[in-house]
Amino acid sequence: MRALFAFLAGGLFGAGLLVSGMTDTTKVQGWLDIFGAWDPTLAFVLGGAILPMLVAWRVATSRTAAVLGTPIPPKPEPLLDRRLIGGSVLFGLGWALAGLCPGPAMASLSYGGMQGLIFFCAMVAGMLIWHLAQRQLLAKAT
Amino acid sequence: MIEMSWIYGLLGGLMIGGAAALFLLVNGRIMGASGILGGVVDGTGFSTLAERLAFLAGLVGVPALISMTAGAPATHLTDNLILVILAGLAVGAGTRMANGCTSGHGVCGISRFSLRGIVATLIYLAAGMATMAIARHLLGLI
Repeated sequence: MRALFAFLAGGLFGAGLLVSGMTDTTKVQGWLDIFGAWDPTLAFVLGGAILPMLVAWRVATSRTAAVLGTPIPPKPEPLLDRRLIGGSVLFGLGWALAGLCPGPAMASLSYGGMQGLIFFCAMVAGMLIWHLAQRQLLAKAT
Repeated sequence: MIEMSWIYGLLGGLMIGGAAALFLLVNGRIMGASGILGGVVDGTGFSTLAERLAFLAGLVGVPALISMTAGAPATHLTDNLILVILAGLAVGAGTRMANGCTSGHGVCGISRFSLRGIVATLIYLAAGMATMAIARHLLGLI
């Protein structure tokens, strides 16, 4: 059951990314290009995505657990550390250079050609590099 | 003047938000693309591996089916492979460092008024816009 609904959620997410135009890197780069031909589409996508989630969080907080029994994830502590800030700067930089973030990079794997596949592999490598670097840092700290 | 791409953006956005709502209310999970993939890549999410893989299968598979039947949209990803690789590395490492990307911090975080989600989104937007201004208008790279 968990896997079935995870598949459905992933599928709807991917279809939404395709329909919204967010797998088209020119739309994303156009949104970030405030000194050029600015494209506001991404604001409609983000706004449209937040609407159902406003309702979902209202429903979720009135319950103790999700339908399949997992507790509703607690709200994170409002902690603004160097990791959150530095990571977001790094992500924003890469996002602008290619016009892809993780969701659209995966949704477009089947039609994004060789460059799309290379981007995905580099993204996975980046995730591994951070994971190993973080373990190294932790080992040094102790 | 309302452009068609804004309507598709809003429609796709509602689908993305619907997917996040489904994943939250049924599975009790935050729909964050970088977190779901990252947990598979570095092994930190192996206890929920089946759920993660099912989500990713939907995210890659459903757009593949749509693009095969209705035609594949263009991604317009750059041919400059050095840029593609650098961007992928930055997106992968940055999203794991910050613990989230556009879907986790953006869609799921903002809609529950999480300080971390809101701040992360403002930072990666600002970093993306600054990168675009420098890389496109100053250096002419993209």
